[in-house]
Parts: sequence; structure tokens; C-alpha cells
Amino acid sequence: MTGIPLSHILIVSTGLFFIGMYGLFTRRNMITMLMAIELILNSVNINFIAFNKYLYPEKLDGIFFTIFIITIAAAEAAVAIAIIINLYRNHHSIDAEDAGEMKF
Amino acid sequence: MTAAQIIFYILSVLVLTTGILAVTTRKIFRASVWLLFSLMCIAGLYFWMDVAFIAAVQIIVYVGGIVVLIIFSIFLTQKSGKEMAKPVTGRSLIAAFAVVAGFAFTSYLIDNNGFAATGNQAFSADVAAIGTQMLSTTQHGYVLPFEVVSMLLLAAMVGCIVIAMKDKTASANEKPLND
Amino acid sequence: MPGYLYTLLIPLLPLAVFLVLGLFGRKKMDAAAGIIGSVVLLTAAILAIITAYNYFNTAKVNQVYQEIIACKYTWLQFSPHVSIDMGILLDPISVLMLVVVTFISLMVHVFSLGYMKGEGRLAAYYAFLSLFTFSMLGLVLSSNIFQLYIFWELVGLSSYLLIGFYFDKPSAVAASKKAFIVTRFADLGFLIGILILALNAETLDFRILIERLTNTQSSWALAITGASFMGFSALTWGLVLVFAGGAGKSAMFPLHIWLPDAMEGPTPVSALIHAATMVVAGVYLVARLFPVFVMDGMALNIVAYTGAFSALFAAVIACTQTDIKRVLAYSTMSQIGYMMFALGVSKYGGEAGLGYMASMFHLFTHAFFKSLLFLGAGAVIHMVHSNEIKGMGGLRKLMPVTHISFLVACLAIAGIPPFAGFFSKEEILTAAFRANKFIYSIGLLVSGLTAFYMFRLYFSIFWGKEAAVHGSHGEGTATMRLPLVILTAGTLLAGFVPFSNYVSSDSIPFATSVDWIFSIAPVALAALAILLAANLYKKENDKPQKIASLLGGLYQSAYRKFYIDEIYVFITKKIIFNGIGRPAAWIDKNMVDGLMNGMASVTAEAAAFIKGIQSGKIQSYTLYFFGGIACLAVMVIYLWK
Repeated sequence: MTGIPLSHILIVSTGLFFIGMYGLFTRRNMITMLMAIELILNSVNINFIAFNKYLYPEKLDGIFFTIFIITIAAAEAAVAIAIIINLYRNHHSIDAEDAGEMKF
Repeated sequence: MTAAQIIFYILSVLVLTTGILAVTTRKIFRASVWLLFSLMCIAGLYFWMDVAFIAAVQIIVYVGGIVVLIIFSIFLTQKSGKEMAKPVTGRSLIAAFAVVAGFAFTSYLIDNNGFAATGNQAFSADVAAIGTQMLSTTQHGYVLPFEVVSMLLLAAMVGCIVIAMKDKTASANEKPLND
Repeated sequence: MPGYLYTLLIPLLPLAVFLVLGLFGRKKMDAAAGIIGSVVLLTAAILAIITAYNYFNTAKVNQVYQEIIACKYTWLQFSPHVSIDMGILLDPISVLMLVVVTFISLMVHVFSLGYMKGEGRLAAYYAFLSLFTFSMLGLVLSSNIFQLYIFWELVGLSSYLLIGFYFDKPSAVAASKKAFIVTRFADLGFLIGILILALNAETLDFRILIERLTNTQSSWALAITGASFMGFSALTWGLVLVFAGGAGKSAMFPLHIWLPDAMEGPTPVSALIHAATMVVAGVYLVARLFPVFVMDGMALNIVAYTGAFSALFAAVIACTQTDIKRVLAYSTMSQIGYMMFALGVSKYGGEAGLGYMASMFHLFTHAFFKSLLFLGAGAVIHMVHSNEIKGMGGLRKLMPVTHISFLVACLAIAGIPPFAGFFSKEEILTAAFRANKFIYSIGLLVSGLTAFYMFRLYFSIFWGKEAAVHGSHGEGTATMRLPLVILTAGTLLAGFVPFSNYVSSDSIPFATSVDWIFSIAPVALAALAILLAANLYKKENDKPQKIASLLGGLYQSAYRKFYIDEIYVFITKKIIFNGIGRPAAWIDKNMVDGLMNGMASVTAEAAAFIKGIQSGKIQSYTLYFFGGIACLAVMVIYLWK
């Protein structure tokens, strides 16, 4: 609480964000891509809370956003898993390199 | 160096390390476990930032819900002990370069912006206040997003069921899921 | 003066026959086709003779035969001054040609009734003959130089159709193509010549053109002699190019290569086209433009020397050939050479225009005896079923009528009095003697050679060992013998026509008489040649072979027609095709097409590369997405004003 400047927290969340991006670019398995997406969403949550606490401590809007993001992330993860299972049924593989039907 | 600062740094390091491990490890079950630890440490950060409600929600929904869901889907789709394929080399290099560049640029922007605040103000986020504001219809009330999100959850539930439903005709020719 | 509008019928009657037979001719009409053609031609010939009678008796004004325009129609108006008119021009030479063309065509039609009996596609044959007659008549009656060019091309087309009549023989097809292409090539020069003359004289009409260019003070004549290109005046160029066109049609050296090959056509066709009418078109053209030619000495010299050289060249080759029709073809070339150099050494007006008159006179008599020779050759070929001299001999007992007519024709062509050729050749040699002794000596030499090779032919066919003759269909039907008889009569009588009363360079009649002292030299030379030929060929002996081997290389070259065809093939294949055609094709294919193909393939490759961005791989898309966002962020943060 005392002594940690806002920018440090922001750098942590930025680092987490880019780690998630790296995972999204590199991972071949779709479930691990989903994990990376969860990391990204979490970094955004940290950002919201930090801004709320440091810049607007009398309001609660950041918290509400965080709540909604968590909710929606949960719904989205469920739908993503459903899609992955459907894709698995058709291709018998969840490698992102194999799902290339949308090429030219 | 107060204890708060030390705790913060330890938590941050843990978050980032487990995050990196989650996205780079070759075994998928380990990746999900590293993800779990990362989310737990983020919950710890929330506790450190005095938003206990969010920390609790994080643990319940993310750790207890989403990570469990991910683990179930891993079991449904593949052998979890097998090593995953390596990423395409060119792409991992380009991705690393892009990510490092992006991180450097964003940190530069953050530093330049010069946020002055140090977080010494009092910040209370008790559950009663959150609940009241969420359901209030006045100017800062969030009842509309609340209702919309509830409909979204309903839609997501129906959608998942429909997408993941097996075709009656195709079910006879389906190969076993675990191969 | 009676109106001459009926002369329009003379070319139109054969045209009608062509259209009727061409459109409605069927196999069962074959016999009728010949009758139709002959009857119509008879009508046209009668009309022509009436025209001649009327013209020569009534068209004189102040001792000058008038140029009469029987009808005129403006067809294409290029500019206020220049237009192509279609009209009929009657003057001494065109009336003369009317008579010659219709009469010889009639004889050929009658002969074909017997000769071509049993052949296929006779309706087409008579249709083509009528087309040719129409074209030739249109040519001689033209009042406008462009109209003459149009009919000139039509004549070339008819010749192509007739030479290639036996189209299943590859040699006939090749010969017809060769004739058409060579004459067409010459016609390029003709067209450029027409354009030069017409541009400077600002008219295409013969009468006006001649009037303007012969008046040395007129602005047009000054313009045309003033403009010059590479050292020669435009007038020279125009006339020489026009003569080049005529040289192609008249088979003058070096454009003569088509005439021997054209003998692939049926023999009556050779008689009509390549003896009496089409090949003299070039001579007719020079005669028509003669007043303008006289203005330019260089052009006249070229005409004279080309004619003389061709005469000598053809005569030498004819001495060695063994195909009866080829000998006659070279003989035609030689005689036309005579006509050309007669024009070339002539001057304008009265006595000085003797060469002009002699040339036209020789054209007239040559038509008779040359067509007689060809028709006789046709009768012989019909009998022996072969063209080669070696297969013939002793035919005088089997074919008396042909024998006598052929003998008369040979005596005529050799220039023995009192046959027709003597009178016309005399005039030519006299004109040459007065103007150019060198050309006179060539003419004298050639007349000796002519007598020699013609009698070589005569003795080889009608004397000597009897040939094996297949079939006993005798000499030929009456329709084949009748034209021979009529033409023999013509050959006997034509020489006595007082030609200078009718045709002369300035259309004013003048008197000529035979200079008997002068004629001793040519006649004696001819008689010697005949005796030599009799010695060598009347009985079978080996003297010709001995002489041939003595002459060795010279004989071989003459037999091979001096390799002119091989030279042409060499030039076209090696020089034009390889030197010009192939590099041009290479440039077109590799550089022009290559450039286009290169552009297309570069575009295609660029497109394939861009296409590869849509790889279908989600993570590539994510990377591109991130790159786009980064750029946008930079733009918004730093460049947004």
C-alpha cells in the first residue's frame, strides 16, 4: 500500500499481458491458447483494480468492471471449450496448425 | 522497505514466473497447474490491494471454475502425459521479438506518463457497498449491465450445449474420443 | 457518229455467262455449259467486229482517230479532282484488243468443246473462261488507270483459277500460287507507280493524265519532273514502277518464273491466257501510257533493254526444253520481249512511231499464230497423252490438219514471208535498226534462234520415228479442228492488213511499205536455222546429243533455265526468311510476347505471395492483428493532432 508507485503495478500487469500474448502466438494446442487468453484477461483485471485504488479511491467502478470481466471470461471459456470439443470431433486433433481450412 | 512492498514484489515475481511457465511448458497438465498457481497469486495481489471481494470471486470463479473446466477438457481430448508439439520456430522468434518490443514500448509510455499517485488514500470496498451499488438504478448504478450479463450467461449456457451436442446421425460413426 | 453504248455489252455478256454458270452450274449441265459459253462469245465477237468496223470507218476527225468515251460513271470520289471512274474508252488499240480477245476466246471455247469432253467440273471451267474474258475486256476498255488496275487484278485471279483447275495435282496448285504471287508482287510496283503518277497529275483518268504529263509546260509535268528521289525524277520512278507491274504480267525477266509453270493448266487455257491475251496486258499498258513514256528516255530504255534481254534469254532456254508446252511458253516470253523492245525503241508521231505500230501489229499477228500453236499442241497432247517431245514423232500422217496448221504457225513465227509473222517482225526490226543498232542485233539473233527451236519442235513432233500412239480416237473432234483451220486462215491473212492505217502512236494513220532489201538478213538467217533444225531433227540421229555434250555447262544451265528459280528460292529462304523473318519472329515471340508474359507472371507471382498471407492459421492472423494494433497505437499516440 505505501510506497509502491502505480507504475510498478502497471508494469507487472503489462508483463503479464505480453506473456499471455506470447502464449497466444506460440502455442499450438488450442486449450493452452485458451489458458494464455485467461492470463491476458487477468492482467486487464489487475489494471482496473490498480487504477481504481490509486486514482479514484472514492469510487468503485473498477471493481464492477473486474466483476463483469470475470463473469464474461467464465462464459467465454465455457463456449471456447465447447467449440474445441466440436472441432476435436471433426479433426480428431486440436492442433491449431491442422485447422487451416480457412486458407485461400 | 516495508513488509507490504516485499510482499508485493514476491507476489509479482510469482505471478510472472508461473505465467511464463504456463505458456512455455511442453506438458499440458503442468501448464494448467502453472496457470492455477498464477491465478492464485493474482488473487493474492487482490488481497494485498484491499479488494477482498474480488479476490474471493477470483478464486471461486477462475481457479475453482475455469481451471477445472480446462482440466476436464484436457482429459476429454487427449492423453495428458504426452508431450505437446513444439511451436513453429520462425513464429516463436517473431512472437518473442514482437512481445519484447511491445512490452518495452508500453513500459516507456507508462513511465513517461508519470502517474503521481502513491495509493495512500483510504480505499474501502466492502461487500455491502458493492452490492448496493450494483443493484441501484441511480446514476452510478450497475443494474442494467447486471441484467445483461445474466442474459449473456444464459445464452452462453445454451450455446455451449448446442455446440457441444453430438449429432444423432453421426454418433454411430464416431471414433472413441480418447486415442 | 453512232453512239457506242452497245460496247458495254461486250464485256457484260461474258460476265453474265460467268454468273449464270457459276451460280447455277451443275454436273449435268456440263455439255450445255460449253455451248452457252461459245454462243455468247460468238455474240460478243460479232459485236466487237461491228465496233471495229464502225470505229475505223467513222471515228476519224482531221485524220486523227478520236478517243471516244462510250460511257462513264463516277464511282469513288477521293477529292474534287481525283476520282475513280468506270468507263469505256475506245481508241485504236482498245478496239484492236477487243477484236483479238473476243476472237481468240471464241476459238478457245470451241476448241474446249472437243478437248475437254469427259473432264469434270466443266461448268466451272467455262465460267472461269468467261470470267477471264470479261476481266480482259474490262482491262482493255478501261478509261481510268485505277479501273485498269482493278481489272488487272481480276485477270490475275482468273488466271489463278484456270491454272489451278486440276486442283488435285499438287504441281498445278503450286503453279497457280506461283503465278498469282509473282504477279501480285509486281502489282505492288504497279500500284505505287499509279500513285506517283496520279499524285503528281492530280487525276486518274487516262486522257487527262496523258494530256497533263505530256505538255512539258504544264504545272503537273513540271512538278513531276522536278521532284526527284535518289537521283531519278518522280516521272521515271512512276513509269518504271508501272512498267514493273506490266513486266510481271508479261513475264519479262526477272519476273518470268511463273510462265513456264503455268503450263500446268489445261492447254486451251494456255492458248487463251498465256499466249494471246493476258501476257500481252503488260505491252498494252505501256502502249496505253506511251505518250508519257516518251517523255522520259530512261524509262523507255529500261523497257527496251528488258524486252530485248528477255527475248534472248527465253530463246536460248527454249532451245533446250523437252516439254512441248514449255517450249511454247518460252517462245511466248521471247515474242513479248520483241513487243516490248519495239515499244522501247519507238518515238512518238508518224514515221518515228514505227516501233509502236510494229509492236501492236506483232501483238495482233502473234495472237493468231501463238494460239494456233498452243491449240495444235493441245491436239497433239490429246493424241499422245504426254507432253514430252521424246514421246512424239511421225505424227504428220496421223494428224494432217494439225500438221498443216502447226507448220503454218511455225513458218509465221519464224518470220518467213508471206506469213503473218514476217510483216510484223520486219517492222519491229526496222524500227530497232533505226533507233538502236545493238538491240537490232539482238533481235536479229533471236529471230534466228526462234526459227531454230520452233522447227526443232516441229520436226520432232511430226517427222522422225513414229511414236506409239494409244487409242484410235483420231485427230480429234470437229470442234477441235475447226478453230485450227480458222486460225490458220487468220495467220495467212493477218499479215496483209494495212495496220499502220489503223494503229499508230499518235492515232494518225501513216503509210509503211516492206523494205525487201532489209528483210534479206532476217529471212536468210531464219531459213538457215530451219535447215539446221531439219538436219538435226528430221531423222533420228545423235547429232543433238553430241552438240549438247560439246556445249557442256552452257547447255546444262540453259536446260535448267539458268537456275533463276533456285536463286529465287535461295533469296527467299536464306535471306528473307532466315535473315529478316526469323529475327523478327524471335523478337516478337521473346521480347514483345515475353514482355507481356513477364508482366503477367510477375503479377501472378506477386498475387501468389499476397495470397499466402491468408494461410488459415489462427496464430499468424493474431500476429498480424497485433502488428496492426501496434501501428495504430503509435499513430494515435504520436501523430494524432
